Amino acid sequence: MFKLNRRTAGDVAFDAFNVLIMLAVCFVTLYPIWYVLVNSFNEGQDAMRGGIYWWPRIFSLESYEAVFRSSGIMTAMGVTVAKTLLGTVLHVFFTAMVAYAFSRRDLALQKVYILIGTVTLFFNSGLIPYYLLIRDLHLLDNFLVYIIPAMFSFFDLIIFMTFFREIPDGLEEAAKIDGANDFSIFVRVIIPVSMPVIATIALFHGVYQWNDYFTGMIYINNMDLQPIQTYLYRIVAQSSSNQMASAMPGGISKNVTSQSIKLATMVVTTAPIVIAYPFLQRYFVKGLMIGSIKG
Amino acid sequence: MSAKLGAEFMQPDSAAPGGRRKTLLRKLWSQKYLQVMALLGVAWMIIFNYIPMYGIIIAFKQYVITHSIAEAPWVGLDNFKAFFEDEDLPLVIWNTLGISLLKLIIGFPLPILFALFLNELRSIRLKKAVQTISYLPHFLSWVILGGILATWLADVGIINHILMALHIIKEPISYLAEPKYFWGIVVASDIWKELGWSAIIYLAAIAGVSPDLHEAATIDGAGRFQRMWYVTLPGIKSTITILFILAVSGILNSNFDQILVLRNSLNESASNVIDVYVYQTGLVNNRFSYSTAVGLIKSLIALVLLLIANSVSKKINDTSLF
Repeated sequence: MFKLNRRTAGDVAFDAFNVLIMLAVCFVTLYPIWYVLVNSFNEGQDAMRGGIYWWPRIFSLESYEAVFRSSGIMTAMGVTVAKTLLGTVLHVFFTAMVAYAFSRRDLALQKVYILIGTVTLFFNSGLIPYYLLIRDLHLLDNFLVYIIPAMFSFFDLIIFMTFFREIPDGLEEAAKIDGANDFSIFVRVIIPVSMPVIATIALFHGVYQWNDYFTGMIYINNMDLQPIQTYLYRIVAQSSSNQMASAMPGGISKNVTSQSIKLATMVVTTAPIVIAYPFLQRYFVKGLMIGSIKG
Repeated sequence: MSAKLGAEFMQPDSAAPGGRRKTLLRKLWSQKYLQVMALLGVAWMIIFNYIPMYGIIIAFKQYVITHSIAEAPWVGLDNFKAFFEDEDLPLVIWNTLGISLLKLIIGFPLPILFALFLNELRSIRLKKAVQTISYLPHFLSWVILGGILATWLADVGIINHILMALHIIKEPISYLAEPKYFWGIVVASDIWKELGWSAIIYLAAIAGVSPDLHEAATIDGAGRFQRMWYVTLPGIKSTITILFILAVSGILNSNFDQILVLRNSLNESASNVIDVYVYQTGLVNNRFSYSTAVGLIKSLIALVLLLIANSVSKKINDTSLF
C-alpha cells in the first residue's frame, strides 16, 4: 500500500526550519520579559550603566523592599486587587444571569432584547458623552466606576449564550418539578455545570480589570483610589518620577533608583497574571473556541 | 467572530395572532423571574449604551460643563466645520491611517502565517509550549509593555547596545523621542503582544479543515508548502475574510491604550491620532462639543467602512458578517 507517512528529505528540512522559527518566536517573546526581570534584581545604581542581559551583575532585593515599603504603591495595589476581585465576580454573575434569561427559548420579547444588545456592538457614542454620563451618575472619584460600568458586556453574553444553549433541557426541568424558580435554577443548576465558560470569561475580565489604567486615569483624581496600572502609567509614560519619589519614605538606600523601583513595580504588578495564567490556559482556549467557531 | 449575530439566537414567536396582547402579558407574568433577569441587563444597556447616544447632540451645540445638555445653545454644524478647518487635521488623519494601514499590511497576515506553521509542528508538546508562550504577552498591560519598551530602547538599553556593537550607529538613539521611529515601534510592539493570541482563531479554523482533503492532496503528490497553500489556506478563507472585514472597519481605531502609553511631547508629530486628538481636545482642553463632533465623524466613517467591506466581500467570495 502507498505509504502516506514516509518523510522525504524536503519534509525533514521543512520540519527543522519550522522548529527553528518557532524557537525564535519563543525567544523573542520571552527575552524582553526576562531582561526586565534580571534588571529589576540588580542593584539600582549599577543597573543604570546598562549591559545586564542574562543575569544580575550585583544581585539586590532593595528595589523590591522599597516597593513593598512604599505606601503609595501598596494602596494602588490594594485598589487593583479589590477592583479585580469584585469586578470579576459581579461581571461574570451579572452577564451570565442576563445571558441565561436571553438564552431561554421560551423568553417573551427575546427578539427585542437581542436587537437592543446587537445595536450596542456597532454604535459607540464616543468618549465625551460617556464621560458626561459617568459624571451625571456621580461615579467620578468613586470606586464603583471600576465596577458598575464594567458589569456587563454583550459580547461576553453571546459567548455565555452559546454555551447555555448546549445544556440539556432535562437538567432544568428536573429542578422545575422540584419547585425551583428560574433564578434559583440559574444559581443552583446552570452555574455549576458552566464552569469552563465561567472560568474563561472570568479570566478575560480579570485581566481587563487588572490591566486597565484608562478608567483610573480619566475618572479618578483621588490618588488613594488609583489602581496600580494608572500609578505605573503616570511614572512610565509621563516619565515623571516625582510621584514615585514622593511616595518613597525617607532614608531609602542610595542603591535604589527611580528606574529600578519602576522595574520592580512592573514585575510585582505582572507576577500575579503570569503565575495564574498557565492554570487557566486550558479553560480559556476551550472557551474562546466556543465563542469564535459558533458565533 | 461575531458573525451572524442576531439571527442565530432568535427563536420563532409562538404567540398566535388572536388575543396576542393578552397572551403576551400572561406569558410575561408566568416567566416573571426570567423577565426580571433579562430586564436588568436591558436596563444596564439603556443606561450605559443608549443614554450616552443622547449626549451626542452636544456635537451640534455649544456645550459648557456648568450647564445641562438641554440648556446649551444650538450651533448647527459649526463644530464639524471647525474640524475640517483645523490645521492639525491632515497630520492627525495621516498618522491614524498610516499606523492602521501598516498594522493591516504587516500585522494582519503574520498571525495567519504563524498559525499555518504552528499547525505543521510534528511534536504536540512543542506545539503546546509554543502556544502557551506566544499567548503570554497578550495578558500584559500596555503600561507594562510601555515600561519594557522604554527599558529596551533607553540610551543604555539593549537595542542601542547591539547596534553600537555592530557599528551600525555611533551614538545611542532615543527612539521614543524621535517621530520617525514611532510608527515602527507601535506596529512592532503590537505584533509582539498579539501575534499568538490572534493566531488562536485561525488555529481553530485550521483544525476544522477536513483531513481527507490533505490525504487526497498528498496522494496527488502535493508537498507541505503546496498543501498549506492549496488546502489549508482556502479552508480558512471565510475566517480570514470575516476578521479582515472587522480589521478594515477598525482602521480609524489606532489602539488608543497603546499610543497613549508610547506617545510623548517629542514624538507628537507622529503619534497624534484621532483617538488621542479626541481625548486631548475633549478631556484635557475641555472642548467638549468639538471633541464629540470629531468622535462622531470617526464613528460614522467606521460604520461606512464596515458596510463597504462587508458588501465587497459578499460579492467577491460570498462571506459576510451580516
